[in-house]
Amino acid sequence: MYDAGKILIGLIIFLAFATFPFYSNMGKAVAKPDPKIDTPVIQQLEVKKCVESKEFMRAEHMQLLNEWRDAALRRGERVYKGSDGRTFQISFQNQCLRCHSNKKKFCDECHSYAAVKPYCWDCHFAPKEAKR
Amino acid sequence: MSISRRDFLKIAGLSSLGIGFSATDLLWKDRAEAVEYMSSPKGLTAKRWAMIVDLKKFKTEEDYRRVIDACHRIHNVPDFGNPKDEVKWIWTDTFEHAFPFQKNEYLPEGIQEKKALLFCNHCDNPPCVRVCPTKATFKRKDGIVAQDYHRCIGCRFCMAACPFGSRSFNWRDPRPFIKEMNPEFPTRTKGVVEKCNFCVERLAKGLGPKCAEVSNGGLIFGDLADPDSEVRKILKTHYTIRRKAELGTRPSVFYIIGGDEDA
Repeated sequence: MYDAGKILIGLIIFLAFATFPFYSNMGKAVAKPDPKIDTPVIQQLEVKKCVESKEFMRAEHMQLLNEWRDAALRRGERVYKGSDGRTFQISFQNQCLRCHSNKKKFCDECHSYAAVKPYCWDCHFAPKEAKR
Repeated sequence: MSISRRDFLKIAGLSSLGIGFSATDLLWKDRAEAVEYMSSPKGLTAKRWAMIVDLKKFKTEEDYRRVIDACHRIHNVPDFGNPKDEVKWIWTDTFEHAFPFQKNEYLPEGIQEKKALLFCNHCDNPPCVRVCPTKATFKRKDGIVAQDYHRCIGCRFCMAACPFGSRSFNWRDPRPFIKEMNPEFPTRTKGVVEKCNFCVERLAKGLGPKCAEVSNGGLIFGDLADPDSEVRKILKTHYTIRRKAELGTRPSVFYIIGGDEDA
């Protein structure tokens, strides 16, 4: 092999860079996301239940939000009857965020952990801003 | 072990069937059974919403201002303070600009100088809907031309297609330019087009458009498809014109220009 020394040094430098994220985070435990739902509105609820089950909301809230958006905006259907028969007014800003007024501890907690940046807040008011 | 071509094809066929069946349960989501979407029982419904603008009722600058401010306040419409970036849902312009084909130099003076109150015509044949590449702009069943800002990519084809200038583009982030925020209605973001929505969010609550509410009878809102509605009665007894009707977009906004004072 010609220039074996140079190539090997180059390879080592490359590997050092490529694996940097792994060894720099080794041994450091990143805190698990711990979303909170203890807002004043939720605490006053008799049955602390979202429009669907906790498991469903956890896994599918993004699909549900899309469905709600299309129903309200495109079809003009602004009432949602959940699988347990309860009905809700469809509105992200005036319904979802009425209970979930703790964006930092409820939304951002997991979204930051998973490094997803939903563009909700470009247009919809984050709950705190609305209060001022 | 050897396998004949025929046997191989049999096994391959059966396995693909099996894979197909096992995938079917992915299509059945656990929730699908009882979920239902309904329109609000309080909401106002129609076949084709329309508006009549009685320009005789707009006498002073303040009559126009009140209507425009009320709309822009509840919909978080920004005021950039410069005409190049202007975002507007409802505005005024000269008679000549609003009705270019109706203009002639011998019109009565009161009409020549009269400012027209303008907003989206919610056309029955809307060119903005036809050109939208993402279906962000669409026509609802009740005739309202609505826009889904989530889906708008800011291409501005609709602005080129609209012959009435009813659409505005957000060249900058509108948030810092909204004086009073209405927390119940979203804002828009940089890079989307926006326009009048005939107050769909109020119709769903059983209220009419805000501009009509504060206009002191200058704006009349109703169902064009219902022969007994107020708008149809007014259209039957008054001569009305529409903006650039000859372009074939079939606007749903009608203007009473002159005539009896007690219309």
